[in-house]
Amino acid sequence: MAALQDTIDTVEALAGGERYKHGFVTDLEQEFAPKGLSEDIVRFISAKKNEPEWMLEWRLDAYRRWLAMDEPDWAKVDFPKIDYQDAYYYAAPKEKVGPKSLDEVDPELLRTYEKLGIPLREQAVLAGVEGAPRIAVDAVFDSVSVATTFRAELAKSGVIFCPISEALRDHPDLVRKYLATVVPTTDNYFACLNSAVFSDGSFVYIPPGVRCPMELSTYFRINASGTGQFERTLIIADKGSYVSYLEGCTAPMRDENQLHAAVVELVALEDAEIKYSTVQNWYPGDPETGRGGIYNFVTKRADCRGDRSKVSWTQVETGSAITWKYPSCILRGEGSQGEFYSIAITNGRQQADTGTKMIHLGANTRSRIIAKGISAGRSTSTYRGLVSAHPKALGARNFTQCDSLLIGKDCAAHTVPYVEARNAHCTFEHEATTTRLSDDQLFYCQSRGLDAEAAVALLVNGFVRDVLQQLPMEFAVEAQKLVAVSLEGSVG
Amino acid sequence: MLSISNLHVSIGGKPIIDGLSLHVPAGEVHAVMGPNGAGKSTLSYTLAGRAGYAVTAGSASLDGEDLLALTPDQRAARGVFLSFQYPLEIPGVPALTFIRTALNAQHKARGEPETSAPEFLKRVREAAGRLRMDMDMLKRGLNVGFSGGEKKRMEILQMLMLEPRFLILDETDSGLDIDALRIVSEGVNALRSPDRGMLVITHYQRLLDYIRPDRVHVLAAGRIVASGGPELALELEREGYDKYARAA
Repeated sequence: MAALQDTIDTVEALAGGERYKHGFVTDLEQEFAPKGLSEDIVRFISAKKNEPEWMLEWRLDAYRRWLAMDEPDWAKVDFPKIDYQDAYYYAAPKEKVGPKSLDEVDPELLRTYEKLGIPLREQAVLAGVEGAPRIAVDAVFDSVSVATTFRAELAKSGVIFCPISEALRDHPDLVRKYLATVVPTTDNYFACLNSAVFSDGSFVYIPPGVRCPMELSTYFRINASGTGQFERTLIIADKGSYVSYLEGCTAPMRDENQLHAAVVELVALEDAEIKYSTVQNWYPGDPETGRGGIYNFVTKRADCRGDRSKVSWTQVETGSAITWKYPSCILRGEGSQGEFYSIAITNGRQQADTGTKMIHLGANTRSRIIAKGISAGRSTSTYRGLVSAHPKALGARNFTQCDSLLIGKDCAAHTVPYVEARNAHCTFEHEATTTRLSDDQLFYCQSRGLDAEAAVALLVNGFVRDVLQQLPMEFAVEAQKLVAVSLEGSVG
Repeated sequence: MLSISNLHVSIGGKPIIDGLSLHVPAGEVHAVMGPNGAGKSTLSYTLAGRAGYAVTAGSASLDGEDLLALTPDQRAARGVFLSFQYPLEIPGVPALTFIRTALNAQHKARGEPETSAPEFLKRVREAAGRLRMDMDMLKRGLNVGFSGGEKKRMEILQMLMLEPRFLILDETDSGLDIDALRIVSEGVNALRSPDRGMLVITHYQRLLDYIRPDRVHVLAAGRIVASGGPELALELEREGYDKYARAA
């Protein structure tokens, strides 16, 4: 209930104010790769990261394959052709070389994260200050990780949590064993581009039987103008381990479109469980003209490789001009489970084509999809999902529920489910609803004392409640506020 | 308290209320009775500020303040409460959350301190007990899957919690069996006080056996055609609305 009041307070505080509060730019000296994309740029990035030779070859191979691929055009989104030569593929704050501790991080960067509300200070928690969030953070600023907290603390339980660029140097065998085994280099156009030019992201390894002692999180920030962000995240939960991982994203307000093409790979071995939550709040572009905003073209996939393993995706998608994203689960292990809980909100001129794929390969695998789409303004929201059971997936079960809520008359919602059962012993259920936010409900709330914005926030939070409950506490409150803020101005 | 003068209201260009005048002083309960289509619900929605109800002439004020210039939430903050004839369902929002949010919003609008969580829960338990409502009902989505009678109790519960200054009951008796009618009426009567006014809109006299009105008005064809004491309600019960409908 307190969170709900927060929602309302936020809406009130923002009424007439700036809608996107993360839209500021951090002014600091940055170095860039030369503009454009070529083999030289791929070499430049690899050299910047001091990568082993095999990694450079891997990237170059990806680059050459990418050149032969075509941009996908099947999603229900519309945007002018991207000029891939008109962007910077590497941007990083200038810094000293050598190992970095928090004390060495540019204070301007620390202030940026403070302003974004991201805790980068370990002291409070280590000193036992009550209420200090026990979350380890990897902060990725444009193309590099600028700080990763609680590493020593985590190392005590054998957990590895570090920038992937560092993992390539310090844990090459682990990276090599798992990288691109879930999302192959040529999986799709954007994943292939990412493979060639990815610059940073997080690497997580949880050893057998370990329950990760704190929430892990990565906070992605695009700051530099004219750049794309291509991060790569690889999470491995070894046998019988558990980890909960959170991801957040923001960017300054700009008139240009910036590309964010990430790849996230999760591997869950026997009896392991990964809970992956995202609160995506990239700059959505100008709500009136549609100018600017992030193109969020992301490939996220989990491989439930071990028997009885489990992966749960929860996403709150409120930002980006265009979202193209389908966090998926390959249910390979016998009795493995996949879950997808999603809230996708579009307002202004935003377009979202998002959903999931649950690919049942093993026997007695189970999956559950709860997708809530909310469209307002002149936006378009599409749920696109695949549920498939292969011949060996006897006893596979899926439950899918897709609900769309429309606010106003100029938005659109689409549901595109693909269902493939290749054996006769699986059970698939699909439920879908589309409703319009009713004037009667709004008036009812208003007649009890809620203003129009608060009434919308309350009704929408009710609509997405099932999904919000899946988020870790710290994020649930944030997400609830975000839901309200994203819909500001959606009622006249 | 509530003053309505020569009110004209149209919906979609069609006049429904046609020169209605009514005065409810503080401390009094007035009943408005009338046949179907007389404009009873239009009157209650207009007072609460629903969109689409165009006031083409006349005025309505609460303690001298022009109600018609205020948004629905501002009216609520001034103490106007409408108990809906057909309460809405709000999926995913538990009644407790809904009421707390509304209460806080009203407190804030009036510049009053927030009710603390323990105080709020104590008051809700009391009110729910008075209306014989199970607290579990308050933890589910508001009105979702409730019977007509349960929804009406929920309206009265909200009323007890929000403690409005001016109450409008729109056909509160419809859908209630005799026991529920008594319980709901007790809830309403608990709010009777010298500084509160009440407008009870009803088609039937039976509600007025429990909520005793000070004055009874007959609404027909969009205006008040007769006013009297409680005995007028009994006369209507015996003789029907025919003569008033014709007179209008």
